[in-house]
Amino acid sequence: MKEISPKAMEKIEALIKRYPVKRSALLEVLHIVQQEWGYIDQEGEETVAEILDLEPVRVHEVVSFYTMYERKPVGKHIIRVCRNLTCTLMGAESLISYLKRKLKVDEGGTTSDGRFTLQTVECLGACEIAPVMQVDGEFYGNLTPEKIDRILEEMK
Amino acid sequence: MSLVITPWFGKVSIDDYIKAGGYQGARKALSMSPEEVIEEVKKSNLRGRGGAGFPTGLKWSFVPKESTKPKYLCVNADEGEPGTFKDKYIIKEAPHLLIEGVIIASWAVGINTAFVYIRGEYGKFALLLERAIEEAYEKGFLGKNIFGKDFSLDLFVHRGAGAYVCGEETALIESLEGKRGNPRIRPPFPATMGLYNCPTVVNNVETLANLPAIITKGGEWFASLGVEKSGGTKLFAVSGHVKKPGIYELPMGTSLKTLIYEYAGGIRENRRLKGVIPGGSSSPILKPEEIDIPLDYDSLMKAGSMLGSGAVIVLDETTCMAKVLQVITRFYAHESCGQCTPCRQGTPWMAKIAERIVAGRGRDGDLDLLVDIARSMMGKTICPLADAAAMPVIAICEKYRDELEEHIREKRCPVERE
Repeated sequence: MKEISPKAMEKIEALIKRYPVKRSALLEVLHIVQQEWGYIDQEGEETVAEILDLEPVRVHEVVSFYTMYERKPVGKHIIRVCRNLTCTLMGAESLISYLKRKLKVDEGGTTSDGRFTLQTVECLGACEIAPVMQVDGEFYGNLTPEKIDRILEEMK
Repeated sequence: MSLVITPWFGKVSIDDYIKAGGYQGARKALSMSPEEVIEEVKKSNLRGRGGAGFPTGLKWSFVPKESTKPKYLCVNADEGEPGTFKDKYIIKEAPHLLIEGVIIASWAVGINTAFVYIRGEYGKFALLLERAIEEAYEKGFLGKNIFGKDFSLDLFVHRGAGAYVCGEETALIESLEGKRGNPRIRPPFPATMGLYNCPTVVNNVETLANLPAIITKGGEWFASLGVEKSGGTKLFAVSGHVKKPGIYELPMGTSLKTLIYEYAGGIRENRRLKGVIPGGSSSPILKPEEIDIPLDYDSLMKAGSMLGSGAVIVLDETTCMAKVLQVITRFYAHESCGQCTPCRQGTPWMAKIAERIVAGRGRDGDLDLLVDIARSMMGKTICPLADAAAMPVIAICEKYRDELEEHIREKRCPVERE
């Protein structure tokens, strides 16, 4: 059985107090648990359900609806490359192919050394620096293959 | 030129913001009656900046005054419409402008609890905003007895988790309640039955950021900046094949052509313009001969498109329109919540057809089929996502028909070949 750290539990309890209805805290609590465990599997869903007094299915339907919840183990760093319109106009497709070749993974895959998971996503709201990707939540724009090499090299 | 929002950019800390005159609007609003504040906002012709363009003062006035239930404000910072990145700038460059707007709106409507629903991908900006909120609490601008008045307001940041549909106000409310982002059937509207079935106002970030100036300088002043029925300025997010992509604040009614060629520097490498999507990916595309048009809600609607969120995506002559169709349809298919059959089925059908055209497997009649599917989705669903998917498809198929037919006939892209 996995544990939630006392610090995270403290955050969760503070969160719950904000809302007149406990269930409202669900998305935020899931973010915290994902930060702790890296992903939310059935055990994660059941743990969160217990914290918020919900049926596990209520948690499952939310985890499976929103794209930012990982449902299986992911790499140390998550790369999210935008594939939407402006980024495509600015060359995202060739960058996605480049990343796939470089990391030897398909979309959604994790490198064999467990360092990177590659995902393609819809608009990240950073079209002014397209083509763009997020690595662990940080934005990187005006990408070229050389720039991608440098960024990933720095992520150990 | 009088600007409303961008002059505050860079005043991130509360001290810098106050030094520049910040929080005077909120202070003044709280010395007025709520009715007077609503009246001022009505006079300003401020319309919702999230995309729908509904008059803000009118939206507030739908909230029942005598309600025994608590009322809520939901700040829509979901900003998911492809091409849109303006609210991000307000949050990271002038978070207190938003907070001040929240105080004014809450005072006007009688709200004591507000939530900022921010898209999950903006996690780092959510932290910035939370820091700014802490500062506002420390100064006594949030919390109990604000400006010595018998008025309390709590403001919280709530992260989404990756779902375009949650930008629709009832889906946002569902999501804030800890559920899937399935839009609700309206009526009842959120003004009477929103969050926790209580009266709720949902306002976009940019909408709220206009309020301090409306209160300090007056509704008439704000209205005079724009055109009839669209007051104020607008933040335009320009991206794509322009020399200088970015945020530009311009008066409502500025020409789209001026925005692209004078502000955004024109087309990259001085290529020819092929088309402009004027208000986010769901707004119907305009051809080069159509861009000498005032940027305001009514002018664009008359031209068969829409101002939407003010996200201008510029396409130059190297763009393959079948590819544009593929990317747009794939997005809406990905984001359909699945509640309504026409949207759940129609969006992936369109994506599949667009994909096969791009791959050189398009069939005779595919364009008519696309338009037919699009038309049979419109107006038949709970929320406007189906219409958002259908409108750009119809416009692209009609306006770039020759190129798309050639793509189907030749089984390859006629643009990239050149």
